Amino acid sequence: MSAAPVVARQESFQLHSSADVVTARRMVREWAQGLGLSILDLTKVVTAASELARNAVVHGGGGVMHVQVVQAGEREGLRVIFKDQGPGIQEIERAMQDGYTTGGGMGIGLPGAKRLVNEFDLLSTAAEGTCITIVRWKA
Amino acid sequence: MTVERIPILRMGKCLLVTIQVDMHDQLAMTLQSDLADAIGARESHGLLIDISALEIVDSFIGRMIANTAAMCRVLDADTVVVGMQPAVAITLVELGLTLTGIYTALDVERGMAVLERAAMARL
Repeated sequence: MSAAPVVARQESFQLHSSADVVTARRMVREWAQGLGLSILDLTKVVTAASELARNAVVHGGGGVMHVQVVQAGEREGLRVIFKDQGPGIQEIERAMQDGYTTGGGMGIGLPGAKRLVNEFDLLSTAAEGTCITIVRWKA
Repeated sequence: MTVERIPILRMGKCLLVTIQVDMHDQLAMTLQSDLADAIGARESHGLLIDISALEIVDSFIGRMIANTAAMCRVLDADTVVVGMQPAVAITLVELGLTLTGIYTALDVERGMAVLERAAMARL
């Protein structure tokens, strides 16, 4: 791995309602199309973004999404960051297991989203909330 | 504020729903309860859900489809999901949603045939 990726472009969007989740996935879709991701990679990253945007709204009490085009040498990718100031994720290891849920869902959102992207980074503390960063590199 | 709804059409003994919009979560929940009412009230033996216009199916929409199918089963009706785009299918499986117990077909015509066969088999 060479130098850290450089952010070429960025746009931010506030997440407060379930309608914002729809707008967020439309925005990630447009950025993925602009970057020229394949239809499969695009579908995967938009689906992952939809899961994480919903998490920020439902569990984090709202937050912000940053969509970025990143460059690392010859490679280009789409990076999406979800930040909320919610209570944080108490048990990160369990939250990353399939089937574990605290919200009445199926518990596949976080581990499922991770499988759909190339990079997945989760930081969560009770004091600062949760920040999840995903990257899908252009093939 | 007007209540958004996805129309439910009747074709013989089957109900037909075509999801043409990117549903927010509340709209998906409204559709699920409308479908439960419609299946129960109209004695339908089958439900066809056309998702060919959906560009993604995430865990929420997937759960709504799975719940609807389970509900139909209890109300003595079968569910067939048609028109899933290949990229959506691959993504769903990787996400971890398997939609077990739901019939699928490539298009509406084949989906209706699946429901008819299932109804005949139960007679």
